[in-house]
Amino acid sequence: MTGIVATISSGKGGVGKSTTTANLGIALASLGKKVVCIDSDIGLRNLDVVLGLENRIVYDLVDVIEGRCRLQQAMIRDKRQPELSLIPAAQTRDKSAVSPADMIRICDQLKEEMDWILIDSPAGIERGFRNALAPADLILVVTNPEVSAVRDADRVIGLVESEQKGPAKLIINRLNSALVKRGDMLNAEDVQDLLAIELIGIVPEDELVLISTNRGQPVVLDQKSDAGLAFMNIARRLNGEEVPFMRLDGKKDLFSSITNLLRFGGK
Amino acid sequence: MDIKTESKIRIKGYQDGLIITSNHQEWKDCQEEIISQICEKENFFRGGKITLDLGNLTVHAAEMGSMRDKLSDKGVTLWSVISNSPTTIKTAQMLGLDTPIYPGKSNLRDRQPSVSAIGDSALLIQRTLRSGISIQSEDSIIVLGDVNPGAELLSGKSILVWGRLRGAVQAGLSGETESVICAMVFTPTLLRIGEAVADIPAKMKKSKPYKAMLKDGVIHFEPWD
Repeated sequence: MTGIVATISSGKGGVGKSTTTANLGIALASLGKKVVCIDSDIGLRNLDVVLGLENRIVYDLVDVIEGRCRLQQAMIRDKRQPELSLIPAAQTRDKSAVSPADMIRICDQLKEEMDWILIDSPAGIERGFRNALAPADLILVVTNPEVSAVRDADRVIGLVESEQKGPAKLIINRLNSALVKRGDMLNAEDVQDLLAIELIGIVPEDELVLISTNRGQPVVLDQKSDAGLAFMNIARRLNGEEVPFMRLDGKKDLFSSITNLLRFGGK
Repeated sequence: MDIKTESKIRIKGYQDGLIITSNHQEWKDCQEEIISQICEKENFFRGGKITLDLGNLTVHAAEMGSMRDKLSDKGVTLWSVISNSPTTIKTAQMLGLDTPIYPGKSNLRDRQPSVSAIGDSALLIQRTLRSGISIQSEDSIIVLGDVNPGAELLSGKSILVWGRLRGAVQAGLSGETESVICAMVFTPTLLRIGEAVADIPAKMKKSKPYKAMLKDGVIHFEPWD
Protein backbone atom coordinates (compact mmCIF):
# COMPACT_ATOMS: atom_id res chain seq x y z
CA MET A 1 0.00 0.00 0.00
CA THR A 2 1.29 3.45 -0.82
CA GLY A 3 -0.34 6.14 1.24
CA ILE A 4 -0.63 9.81 0.40
CA VAL A 5 0.95 12.40 2.66
CA ALA A 6 -1.25 15.50 2.89
CA THR A 7 0.07 18.47 4.84
CA ILE A 8 -2.47 20.92 6.23
CA SER A 9 -0.97 24.39 6.34
CA SER A 10 -1.98 28.05 6.39
CA GLY A 11 0.78 30.45 7.37
CA LYS A 12 -1.49 32.37 9.69
CA GLY A 13 -2.51 30.86 13.01
CA GLY A 14 -6.06 30.26 14.15
CA VAL A 15 -7.64 29.65 10.76
CA GLY A 16 -8.57 26.04 11.55
CA LYS A 17 -5.64 23.81 10.60
CA SER A 18 -6.01 21.43 13.55
CA THR A 19 -9.81 21.40 13.25
CA THR A 20 -9.47 20.58 9.55
CA THR A 21 -6.90 17.85 10.19
CA ALA A 22 -9.02 16.23 12.91
CA ASN A 23 -12.22 16.33 10.88
CA LEU A 24 -10.64 15.09 7.66
CA GLY A 25 -8.96 12.30 9.63
CA ILE A 26 -12.26 11.11 11.08
CA ALA A 27 -14.09 11.59 7.78
CA LEU A 28 -11.53 9.61 5.77
CA ALA A 29 -11.51 6.84 8.38
CA SER A 30 -15.32 6.65 8.28
CA LEU A 31 -14.99 6.13 4.52
CA GLY A 32 -12.98 3.01 5.32
CA LYS A 33 -9.51 4.43 4.80
CA LYS A 34 -6.58 3.80 7.11
CA VAL A 35 -5.55 7.21 8.36
CA VAL A 36 -2.88 8.57 10.66
CA CYS A 37 -2.78 12.21 11.78
CA ILE A 38 0.59 13.62 12.80
CA ASP A 39 0.77 16.73 14.97
CA SER A 40 3.98 18.45 13.87
CA ASP A 41 3.49 21.49 16.11
CA ILE A 42 6.22 20.46 18.56
CA GLY A 43 5.95 22.46 21.78
CA LEU A 44 2.38 23.60 21.11
CA ARG A 45 0.52 20.38 20.66
CA ASN A 46 -3.24 20.49 20.41
CA LEU A 47 -4.43 18.03 17.80
CA ASP A 48 -4.76 15.46 20.59
CA VAL A 49 -7.18 17.77 22.40
CA VAL A 50 -9.27 18.43 19.30
CA LEU A 51 -9.51 14.69 18.70
CA GLY A 52 -10.25 14.01 22.38
CA LEU A 53 -7.24 11.70 22.76
CA GLU A 54 -5.30 13.86 25.18
CA ASN A 55 -5.24 11.53 28.13
CA ARG A 56 -4.08 8.51 26.14
CA ILE A 57 -0.68 9.87 25.16
CA VAL A 58 2.26 7.75 26.26
CA TYR A 59 4.83 8.35 23.54
CA ASP A 60 5.08 11.19 21.01
CA LEU A 61 6.69 12.08 17.69
CA VAL A 62 10.00 13.12 19.26
CA ASP A 63 10.19 9.82 21.18
CA VAL A 64 9.93 7.99 17.85
CA ILE A 65 12.59 10.18 16.22
CA GLU A 66 14.99 9.83 19.11
CA GLY A 67 14.45 6.08 19.25
CA ARG A 68 12.77 5.81 22.65
CA CYS A 69 9.88 3.85 21.19
CA ARG A 70 8.76 2.16 18.01
CA LEU A 71 6.52 4.02 15.58
CA GLN A 72 3.59 1.70 16.40
CA GLN A 73 3.85 2.53 20.11
CA ALA A 74 3.35 6.24 19.48
CA MET A 75 0.24 5.70 17.36
CA ILE A 76 -2.89 6.26 19.44
CA ARG A 77 -5.86 4.45 18.00
CA ASP A 78 -9.15 6.35 18.00
CA LYS A 79 -11.91 4.30 19.67
CA ARG A 80 -14.70 5.92 17.61
CA GLN A 81 -12.94 5.25 14.31
CA PRO A 82 -10.59 2.28 14.65
CA GLU A 83 -9.04 3.07 11.26
CA LEU A 84 -7.80 6.41 12.62
CA SER A 85 -4.73 6.93 14.73
CA LEU A 86 -2.77 9.93 15.98
CA ILE A 87 0.93 10.56 16.49
CA PRO A 88 0.98 13.45 18.97
CA ALA A 89 3.59 16.19 19.17
CA ALA A 90 5.95 16.54 22.12
CA GLN A 91 4.91 19.34 24.42
CA THR A 92 8.17 19.82 26.29
CA ARG A 93 10.46 20.26 23.28
CA ASP A 94 10.68 22.68 20.36
CA LYS A 95 10.76 22.56 16.58
CA SER A 96 14.50 21.88 16.41
CA ALA A 97 13.88 18.39 17.85
CA VAL A 98 12.60 17.33 14.41
CA SER A 99 14.26 17.71 11.01
CA PRO A 100 12.72 17.51 7.52
CA ALA A 101 14.68 14.27 6.98
CA ASP A 102 13.11 12.75 10.13
CA MET A 103 9.64 13.56 8.81
CA ILE A 104 10.39 12.03 5.41
CA ARG A 105 11.74 8.87 7.07
CA ILE A 106 8.69 8.46 9.33
CA CYS A 107 6.23 9.13 6.51
CA ASP A 108 7.97 6.64 4.22
CA GLN A 109 7.47 4.03 6.92
CA LEU A 110 3.80 4.97 7.46
CA LYS A 111 3.05 5.00 3.74
CA GLU A 112 3.49 1.25 3.63
CA GLU A 113 0.49 0.57 5.86
CA MET A 114 -1.68 3.67 5.62
CA ASP A 115 -3.92 5.21 2.94
CA TRP A 116 -3.63 8.74 4.27
CA ILE A 117 -1.06 10.50 6.40
CA LEU A 118 -2.37 13.90 7.46
CA ILE A 119 0.22 16.29 8.88
CA ASP A 120 -1.03 19.21 10.94
CA SER A 121 1.51 21.97 10.26
CA PRO A 122 2.30 24.67 12.80
CA ALA A 123 1.55 28.30 11.94
CA GLY A 124 4.38 30.31 10.42
CA ILE A 125 6.86 29.56 7.66
CA GLU A 126 9.87 28.57 9.76
CA ARG A 127 11.40 25.25 10.76
CA GLY A 128 8.13 23.63 11.83
CA PHE A 129 6.49 24.45 8.52
CA ARG A 130 9.48 23.08 6.60
CA ASN A 131 9.32 19.86 8.62
CA ALA A 132 5.65 19.47 7.73
CA LEU A 133 6.21 20.34 4.07
CA ALA A 134 9.18 18.03 3.44
CA PRO A 135 7.31 14.70 3.15
CA ALA A 136 4.14 16.13 1.56
CA ASP A 137 2.60 14.74 -1.64
CA LEU A 138 -0.29 17.17 -1.37
CA ILE A 139 -0.69 20.44 0.51
CA LEU A 140 -4.08 21.54 1.76
CA VAL A 141 -3.92 25.29 2.32
CA VAL A 142 -6.54 26.41 4.83
CA THR A 143 -7.56 30.05 4.82
CA ASN A 144 -10.37 32.23 6.14
CA PRO A 145 -12.17 34.74 3.95
CA GLU A 146 -10.25 37.67 5.41
CA VAL A 147 -7.44 39.72 3.90
CA SER A 148 -4.67 38.82 6.36
CA ALA A 149 -5.29 35.06 6.21
CA VAL A 150 -5.46 35.12 2.41
CA ARG A 151 -2.17 36.99 2.17
CA ASP A 152 -0.43 34.46 4.42
CA ALA A 153 -1.93 31.62 2.39
CA ASP A 154 -0.51 33.27 -0.73
CA ARG A 155 2.94 33.30 0.88
CA VAL A 156 2.64 29.63 1.81
CA ILE A 157 1.58 28.70 -1.72
CA GLY A 158 4.58 30.64 -3.05
CA LEU A 159 6.91 28.67 -0.76
CA VAL A 160 5.27 25.39 -1.75
CA GLU A 161 5.79 26.25 -5.41
CA SER A 162 9.40 27.29 -4.94
CA GLU A 163 10.14 24.02 -3.13
CA GLN A 164 8.47 22.29 -6.08
CA LYS A 165 6.06 20.53 -3.78
CA GLY A 166 2.41 20.14 -4.40
CA PRO A 167 -0.14 20.23 -5.77
CA ALA A 168 -1.54 22.76 -3.29
CA LYS A 169 -5.32 22.73 -2.87
CA LEU A 170 -7.42 25.33 -1.14
CA ILE A 171 -9.89 25.00 1.75
CA ILE A 172 -11.81 28.15 2.64
CA ASN A 173 -12.85 27.82 6.27
CA ARG A 174 -15.41 29.81 8.30
CA LEU A 175 -17.26 31.41 5.43
CA ASN A 176 -20.22 33.35 6.77
CA SER A 177 -22.78 33.55 3.98
CA ALA A 178 -24.79 36.30 5.70
CA LEU A 179 -21.72 38.56 5.88
CA VAL A 180 -20.80 37.76 2.29
CA LYS A 181 -24.32 38.65 1.17
CA ARG A 182 -24.07 42.01 2.92
CA GLY A 183 -20.71 42.61 1.22
CA ASP A 184 -18.86 42.56 4.55
CA MET A 185 -16.77 39.48 3.86
CA LEU A 186 -14.64 38.32 0.95
CA ASN A 187 -16.52 35.71 -1.02
CA ALA A 188 -15.09 32.42 -2.19
CA GLU A 189 -14.54 33.75 -5.72
CA ASP A 190 -12.46 36.70 -4.42
CA VAL A 191 -10.23 34.34 -2.45
CA GLN A 192 -9.83 31.85 -5.23
CA ASP A 193 -9.21 34.61 -7.75
CA LEU A 194 -6.21 35.82 -5.79
CA LEU A 195 -4.73 32.49 -4.76
CA ALA A 196 -5.33 30.82 -8.13
CA ILE A 197 -5.13 27.20 -6.96
CA GLU A 198 -7.74 24.45 -7.08
CA LEU A 199 -10.52 24.80 -4.49
CA ILE A 200 -11.29 21.54 -2.71
CA GLY A 201 -13.79 22.76 -0.15
CA ILE A 202 -15.65 25.61 1.47
CA VAL A 203 -16.55 25.18 5.14
CA PRO A 204 -19.28 27.44 6.47
CA GLU A 205 -18.96 29.21 9.81
CA ASP A 206 -20.72 27.02 12.34
CA GLU A 207 -20.76 27.42 16.09
CA LEU A 208 -21.05 23.66 16.45
CA VAL A 209 -17.36 23.53 15.45
CA LEU A 210 -16.30 25.44 18.56
CA ILE A 211 -18.56 23.40 20.82
CA SER A 212 -17.38 20.10 19.40
CA THR A 213 -13.71 21.12 19.51
CA ASN A 214 -13.95 21.87 23.20
CA ARG A 215 -15.54 18.47 23.77
CA GLY A 216 -12.91 16.65 21.73
CA GLN A 217 -15.64 15.36 19.42
CA PRO A 218 -14.85 16.62 15.91
CA VAL A 219 -17.85 18.21 14.22
CA VAL A 220 -17.87 15.73 11.35
CA LEU A 221 -19.36 13.25 13.84
CA ASP A 222 -22.34 15.59 14.27
CA GLN A 223 -24.86 14.89 11.54
CA LYS A 224 -26.69 18.16 12.03
CA SER A 225 -23.68 20.36 11.31
CA ASP A 226 -23.17 22.06 7.93
CA ALA A 227 -19.46 22.39 8.66
CA GLY A 228 -19.32 18.67 9.40
CA LEU A 229 -20.94 17.91 6.06
CA ALA A 230 -18.47 20.24 4.33
CA PHE A 231 -15.52 18.37 5.89
CA MET A 232 -17.05 15.05 4.85
CA ASN A 233 -17.38 16.35 1.28
CA ILE A 234 -13.71 17.37 1.25
CA ALA A 235 -12.74 13.88 2.43
CA ARG A 236 -14.76 12.35 -0.40
CA ARG A 237 -13.16 14.69 -2.93
CA LEU A 238 -9.73 13.65 -1.60
CA ASN A 239 -10.78 10.08 -2.31
CA GLY A 240 -11.44 10.99 -5.90
CA GLU A 241 -15.23 11.29 -5.75
CA GLU A 242 -16.99 14.08 -7.62
CA VAL A 243 -18.98 15.93 -4.98
CA PRO A 244 -20.78 19.14 -5.91
CA PHE A 245 -20.15 22.16 -3.70
CA MET A 246 -22.73 22.87 -0.99
CA ARG A 247 -25.14 25.74 -1.28
CA LEU A 248 -24.17 28.25 1.33
CA ASP A 249 -27.23 30.46 1.27
CA GLY A 250 -28.85 28.69 4.21
CA LYS A 251 -31.22 26.60 2.11
CA LYS A 252 -30.39 22.97 1.80
CA ASP A 253 -30.76 21.47 -1.63
CA LEU A 254 -32.06 17.99 -2.17
CA PHE A 255 -28.60 16.54 -2.72
CA SER A 256 -27.11 17.68 0.55
CA SER A 257 -30.20 16.54 2.45
CA ILE A 258 -29.77 13.08 1.02
CA THR A 259 -26.03 12.89 1.64
CA ASN A 260 -26.66 14.16 5.12
CA LEU A 261 -28.93 11.19 5.72
CA LEU A 262 -26.60 8.72 4.10
CA ARG A 263 -23.22 9.88 5.07
CA PHE A 264 -22.55 7.55 7.93
CA GLY A 265 -24.36 4.75 6.16
CA GLY A 266 -27.19 5.01 8.69
CA LYS A 267 -24.84 4.71 11.63
CA MET B 1 43.57 39.35 -8.99
CA ASP B 2 43.12 35.68 -8.23
CA ILE B 3 42.65 34.27 -4.79
CA LYS B 4 43.22 30.54 -4.87
CA THR B 5 42.57 28.32 -1.94
CA GLU B 6 42.84 24.57 -1.65
CA SER B 7 39.09 24.53 -1.28
CA LYS B 8 36.29 23.81 -3.70
CA ILE B 9 35.45 27.44 -4.32
CA ARG B 10 37.39 29.87 -6.49
CA ILE B 11 37.10 33.60 -6.14
CA LYS B 12 38.01 35.78 -9.07
CA GLY B 13 37.72 39.49 -9.66
CA TYR B 14 36.32 41.00 -12.85
CA GLN B 15 35.28 44.46 -13.88
CA ASP B 16 31.87 44.49 -12.17
CA GLY B 17 32.75 42.62 -9.00
CA LEU B 18 33.67 39.10 -7.93
CA ILE B 19 32.81 35.71 -9.33
CA ILE B 20 32.71 32.84 -6.87
CA THR B 21 32.84 29.49 -8.64
CA SER B 22 31.85 26.46 -6.61
CA ASN B 23 32.60 22.79 -7.24
CA HIS B 24 30.62 21.62 -4.26
CA GLN B 25 28.09 18.84 -4.68
CA GLU B 26 26.05 19.97 -1.68
CA TRP B 27 24.58 23.43 -1.31
CA LYS B 28 25.11 23.35 2.47
CA ASP B 29 28.87 22.84 2.11
CA CYS B 30 29.05 25.44 -0.62
CA GLN B 31 27.22 28.00 1.47
CA GLU B 32 29.30 27.29 4.57
CA GLU B 33 32.56 27.65 2.72
CA ILE B 34 31.60 30.89 1.00
CA ILE B 35 30.40 32.44 4.23
CA SER B 36 33.53 31.38 6.11
CA GLN B 37 35.73 32.78 3.32
CA ILE B 38 33.88 36.07 3.54
CA CYS B 39 34.10 36.15 7.33
CA GLU B 40 37.87 35.63 7.09
CA LYS B 41 38.42 38.51 4.70
CA GLU B 42 35.59 40.79 5.68
CA ASN B 43 37.29 44.02 4.68
CA PHE B 44 38.14 42.70 1.25
CA PHE B 45 34.56 41.65 0.51
CA ARG B 46 32.66 44.52 2.11
CA GLY B 47 30.63 46.51 -0.42
CA GLY B 48 31.35 43.92 -3.11
CA LYS B 49 29.01 42.66 -5.79
CA ILE B 50 29.08 38.91 -6.18
CA THR B 51 28.22 36.54 -9.00
CA LEU B 52 27.82 32.92 -7.94
CA ASP B 53 28.72 30.23 -10.46
CA LEU B 54 27.07 27.14 -9.00
CA GLY B 55 27.64 24.58 -11.75
CA ASN B 56 25.07 21.80 -11.49
CA LEU B 57 23.89 22.53 -7.95
CA THR B 58 20.12 22.74 -7.49
CA VAL B 59 19.24 25.52 -5.10
CA HIS B 60 15.74 26.38 -3.90
CA ALA B 61 14.40 29.83 -3.16
CA ALA B 62 14.54 29.64 0.63
CA GLU B 63 18.15 28.49 0.52
CA MET B 64 19.29 31.12 -1.90
CA GLY B 65 17.25 33.77 -0.11
CA SER B 66 18.94 32.95 3.18
CA MET B 67 22.34 33.07 1.42
CA ARG B 68 21.52 36.51 0.05
CA ASP B 69 20.51 37.68 3.54
CA LYS B 70 23.67 36.29 5.12
CA LEU B 71 25.79 37.99 2.47
CA SER B 72 24.01 41.28 2.92
CA ASP B 73 24.68 41.04 6.69
CA LYS B 74 28.36 41.08 5.69
CA GLY B 75 27.83 44.06 3.41
CA VAL B 76 28.09 41.93 0.29
CA THR B 77 25.50 42.06 -2.50
CA LEU B 78 24.52 38.84 -4.25
CA TRP B 79 23.98 40.20 -7.71
CA SER B 80 23.76 37.36 -10.16
CA VAL B 81 23.83 33.58 -10.44
CA ILE B 82 25.23 31.36 -13.15
CA SER B 83 24.04 27.78 -13.19
CA ASN B 84 23.38 24.76 -15.36
CA SER B 85 20.34 23.83 -13.30
CA PRO B 86 17.02 25.22 -14.56
CA THR B 87 15.67 25.13 -10.98
CA THR B 88 18.52 27.27 -9.71
CA ILE B 89 18.06 29.73 -12.56
CA LYS B 90 14.34 29.94 -11.81
CA THR B 91 15.09 30.46 -8.12
CA ALA B 92 17.54 33.25 -8.89
CA GLN B 93 15.07 34.98 -11.19
CA MET B 94 12.39 34.72 -8.56
CA LEU B 95 14.65 36.50 -6.09
CA GLY B 96 15.26 39.20 -8.69
CA LEU B 97 18.86 38.18 -9.33
CA ASP B 98 20.50 38.53 -12.71
CA THR B 99 21.06 35.23 -14.50
CA PRO B 100 23.56 35.84 -17.27
CA ILE B 101 23.90 33.12 -19.89
CA TYR B 102 27.40 31.82 -19.60
CA PRO B 103 28.25 29.41 -22.36
CA GLY B 104 31.35 27.36 -21.64
CA LYS B 105 33.88 29.23 -19.58
CA SER B 106 34.23 32.35 -21.67
CA ASN B 107 34.82 35.71 -20.04
CA LEU B 108 31.79 37.40 -18.58
CA ARG B 109 32.95 40.64 -20.18
CA ASP B 110 32.09 39.28 -23.61
CA ARG B 111 28.44 39.07 -22.70
CA GLN B 112 26.21 41.41 -24.61
CA PRO B 113 23.27 42.87 -22.71
CA SER B 114 19.93 41.66 -23.98
CA VAL B 115 18.31 44.42 -25.99
CA SER B 116 14.59 45.03 -26.21
CA ALA B 117 12.69 46.90 -28.89
CA ILE B 118 12.89 50.24 -27.11
CA GLY B 119 16.63 49.98 -26.66
CA ASP B 120 16.66 49.15 -22.95
CA SER B 121 17.19 45.79 -21.40
CA ALA B 122 14.45 44.46 -19.17
CA LEU B 123 13.92 41.64 -16.71
CA LEU B 124 11.12 39.37 -17.94
CA ILE B 125 9.19 37.40 -15.32
CA GLN B 126 6.70 34.89 -16.64
CA ARG B 127 4.83 33.92 -13.49
CA THR B 128 2.54 35.26 -10.81
CA LEU B 129 4.41 36.85 -7.91
CA ARG B 130 2.96 35.79 -4.60
CA SER B 131 3.22 37.46 -1.20
CA GLY B 132 6.75 37.66 0.17
CA ILE B 133 8.53 37.77 -3.19
CA SER B 134 10.71 40.77 -3.92
CA ILE B 135 12.08 41.42 -7.40
CA GLN B 136 14.79 44.03 -7.77
CA SER B 137 16.41 45.11 -10.99
CA GLU B 138 18.33 48.10 -12.24
CA ASP B 139 16.57 47.58 -15.56
CA SER B 140 12.90 47.70 -16.38
CA ILE B 141 10.76 44.81 -15.15
CA ILE B 142 8.07 43.10 -17.21
CA VAL B 143 5.74 40.66 -15.47
CA LEU B 144 3.53 38.31 -17.45
CA GLY B 145 1.25 37.35 -14.55
CA ASP B 146 -0.20 38.93 -11.42
CA VAL B 147 1.60 40.79 -8.65
CA ASN B 148 -0.23 39.77 -5.47
CA PRO B 149 -0.52 41.82 -2.27
CA GLY B 150 2.62 41.37 -0.21
CA ALA B 151 4.90 41.05 -3.27
CA GLU B 152 7.13 43.96 -4.30
CA LEU B 153 8.86 45.12 -7.46
CA LEU B 154 11.76 47.58 -7.34
CA SER B 155 13.06 48.82 -10.66
CA GLY B 156 15.63 51.38 -11.73
CA LYS B 157 13.45 52.14 -14.73
CA SER B 158 9.91 51.17 -15.73
CA ILE B 159 7.54 48.43 -14.61
CA LEU B 160 4.96 46.75 -16.82
CA VAL B 161 2.54 44.19 -15.42
CA TRP B 162 0.61 42.17 -17.95
CA GLY B 163 -1.85 41.05 -15.30
CA ARG B 164 -3.28 42.33 -12.03
CA LEU B 165 -1.11 44.66 -10.01
CA ARG B 166 -2.04 44.40 -6.33
CA GLY B 167 1.34 44.52 -4.60
CA ALA B 168 3.91 47.28 -3.98
CA VAL B 169 5.76 48.80 -6.94
CA GLN B 170 8.60 51.29 -7.05
CA ALA B 171 9.96 52.45 -10.39
CA GLY B 172 12.55 55.01 -11.48
CA LEU B 173 14.81 54.28 -8.50
CA SER B 174 17.88 55.11 -10.59
CA GLY B 175 16.53 58.63 -10.95
CA GLU B 176 15.05 58.12 -14.40
CA THR B 177 12.11 60.55 -14.54
CA GLU B 178 10.76 59.03 -17.76
CA SER B 179 9.91 55.80 -15.92
CA VAL B 180 6.32 54.56 -16.08
CA ILE B 181 4.29 51.88 -14.33
CA CYS B 182 1.57 50.12 -16.32
CA ALA B 183 -0.78 47.29 -15.41
CA MET B 184 -3.91 45.64 -16.76
CA VAL B 185 -5.67 45.89 -13.39
CA PHE B 186 -4.28 48.74 -11.39
CA THR B 187 -4.73 48.41 -7.60
CA PRO B 188 -1.24 48.57 -6.06
CA THR B 189 -0.85 48.78 -2.27
CA LEU B 190 2.04 51.21 -2.79
CA LEU B 191 3.22 53.00 -5.90
CA ARG B 192 6.36 55.11 -6.20
CA ILE B 193 8.17 56.63 -9.13
CA GLY B 194 11.53 58.10 -8.12
CA GLU B 195 10.93 60.15 -5.00
CA ALA B 196 7.21 60.61 -5.55
CA VAL B 197 4.65 58.44 -3.77
CA ALA B 198 1.26 58.12 -5.43
CA ASP B 199 -2.09 58.82 -3.92
CA ILE B 200 -4.23 56.33 -5.75
CA PRO B 201 -7.64 57.86 -6.44
CA ALA B 202 -10.44 55.63 -5.21
CA LYS B 203 -12.50 56.44 -8.26
CA MET B 204 -10.03 54.74 -10.59
CA LYS B 205 -11.86 51.84 -12.14
CA LYS B 206 -10.25 48.66 -10.93
CA SER B 207 -10.90 46.64 -14.02
CA LYS B 208 -9.29 49.05 -16.48
CA PRO B 209 -5.64 49.17 -17.51
CA TYR B 210 -3.81 52.26 -16.26
CA LYS B 211 -0.44 53.87 -16.72
CA ALA B 212 1.28 55.97 -14.07
CA MET B 213 3.97 58.54 -14.91
CA LEU B 214 5.70 61.56 -13.44
CA LYS B 215 4.65 65.07 -14.42
CA ASP B 216 6.48 67.90 -12.61
CA GLY B 217 7.37 65.61 -9.75
CA VAL B 218 3.79 64.42 -9.22
CA ILE B 219 2.42 61.04 -10.27
CA HIS B 220 -0.38 61.16 -12.83
CA PHE B 221 -2.57 58.34 -14.04
CA GLU B 222 -4.07 57.83 -17.43
CA PRO B 223 -5.98 54.98 -19.03
CA TRP B 224 -3.57 52.64 -20.76
CA ASP B 225 -4.91 51.57 -24.11
